[in-house]
Amino acid sequence: MKRVGLAALFFAALFVGWELLYRSGFWSPVLLPSPLVVGRYLWEATVDGSLLSATLVTVKRLFLGYVFGLLLGLPLGLLTARFRVLADTLGLMALGLQALPSVCWVPLALLWFGQTEAAMFFVVVMGTLWSVIIATDNGVRNVPPIYARAARTMGSSGLHTWLYVIFPAALPFIVGGMKQGWAFAWRSLMAAEIYVTILSGFGLGHLLHYGRELNAMEQVIGIMLVLLLIGLLADKIFFSPWERFLHHRWGTAK
Amino acid sequence: MSLSDEVSVEAPAAKLSIKGVSKRFVSGKRSVHALDDVSLDVGEGEFVCLVGPSGCGKSTLLNLVAGLDLADSGQISADGIPINAPGRDRMVMFQEAALFPWLDVLGNVMFGLRRKPGLTDAERCKVAEFYLRLVGLEKFHRAFVHELSGGMKQRVALARALAPNPRVLLMDEPFGALDALTREQLYGDIQRIWQQRKKTIVFVTHNVREAACLGDRVVLFSPHPGRIREQFKIDLPRPRDINSVELARHTTAITAALKNHVRPEAEVAE
Repeated sequence: MKRVGLAALFFAALFVGWELLYRSGFWSPVLLPSPLVVGRYLWEATVDGSLLSATLVTVKRLFLGYVFGLLLGLPLGLLTARFRVLADTLGLMALGLQALPSVCWVPLALLWFGQTEAAMFFVVVMGTLWSVIIATDNGVRNVPPIYARAARTMGSSGLHTWLYVIFPAALPFIVGGMKQGWAFAWRSLMAAEIYVTILSGFGLGHLLHYGRELNAMEQVIGIMLVLLLIGLLADKIFFSPWERFLHHRWGTAK
Repeated sequence: MSLSDEVSVEAPAAKLSIKGVSKRFVSGKRSVHALDDVSLDVGEGEFVCLVGPSGCGKSTLLNLVAGLDLADSGQISADGIPINAPGRDRMVMFQEAALFPWLDVLGNVMFGLRRKPGLTDAERCKVAEFYLRLVGLEKFHRAFVHELSGGMKQRVALARALAPNPRVLLMDEPFGALDALTREQLYGDIQRIWQQRKKTIVFVTHNVREAACLGDRVVLFSPHPGRIREQFKIDLPRPRDINSVELARHTTAITAALKNHVRPEAEVAE
């Protein structure tokens, strides 16, 4: 409770500081609108439904691409860790592509798929896939061999060992990779939405972009706040429970 | 198989037979002759300790009996059946407890039981609880591995190894990483459990006193290549105390033999 109070106080102070900066008149109101104006924009956009529909479009793109990237990346990472042939080929490629900023996929995706959902899906998958492969592969390689040996003496072998020993043992690394994959996917999706008009649906990136075109700074800042909130919520809803679970089991919590 | 079978002491006869076993490890250009023509019989219900300095092949032999590795030549069998893979009739305890951190204590003990067919989950749970009580950890079912002390971890590992009711327990320096006080408690526990459960135990250690305290027989290995040098029968009554005077007589004899067979630079703990 004390921590929540502290956080509330901190953010309240931030907004008050912002309002004071605005009132000082040091910057033009076009460049720095009052937080109240931003709040009004958010309220209006919520009431007329544009904010909600854009959020849904964006979150759906992110979710579909991310889940697909995970479903593809996890088994591929296990395979590259298991078979040297795959480590020397696919693993090496994943390592290279993971280092590539995933926004670099945007031009390619547009040429291949046009201004469609497919292009967005592709970009998000590319952002997710490689980090998940690398993290899973790395996680498996860090599993102490004694675990698999102990499991063998207890009658576990083959697929059972992979599912019930190697995979859970690699989980701390895998969750780290999932988080990194999510961060890459989220950033590349925003870049794509801001720079390209996707005809099949307007996401938050478009709203941000149009805010700039219309010189509506309250819209730009408002959308940024929404993006920030989505990032925070994703962390708190999807990753925090996993990390708490792992810290609890492995005893790595502070 | 019924629940009473699972916790019964009437396990079938076990006898390990090791005949002319050799094993070489090659890594790059180096080749280590870990075992050279080693033969050893372990009787049913016998507690045999393998001692010797590092590199004498005692752990290698244990891994071969466990079925975790394969011999280059020679034969290893349990009750006349050749060993070429791990089996639930031979459970292993390692120097590190090797417990799974993603499972709680009960889950760890259940791991091997879940691989054992013919039991319901409720029965498996009962069996696991039985063995946790046997090692004195009945209050720690839901604890996680990191919450346990080193000694408690090895107790869980012991319960986990006992749970599938194996006939043979293979222990690879299981108390090596523990402090002296915890170790002494475990010496008592392991002797009590061995007598109650009538297991055949092969116990690897480099600690001569520990070997003499626990074993019916102490088998002395020497390294480069790994060979059996001498065997000592320890006919002291049980339970034995690691600090007893009678034990010292045996320890002195074994240590003297060890010095005789092993070049002085090889390190051995007394």
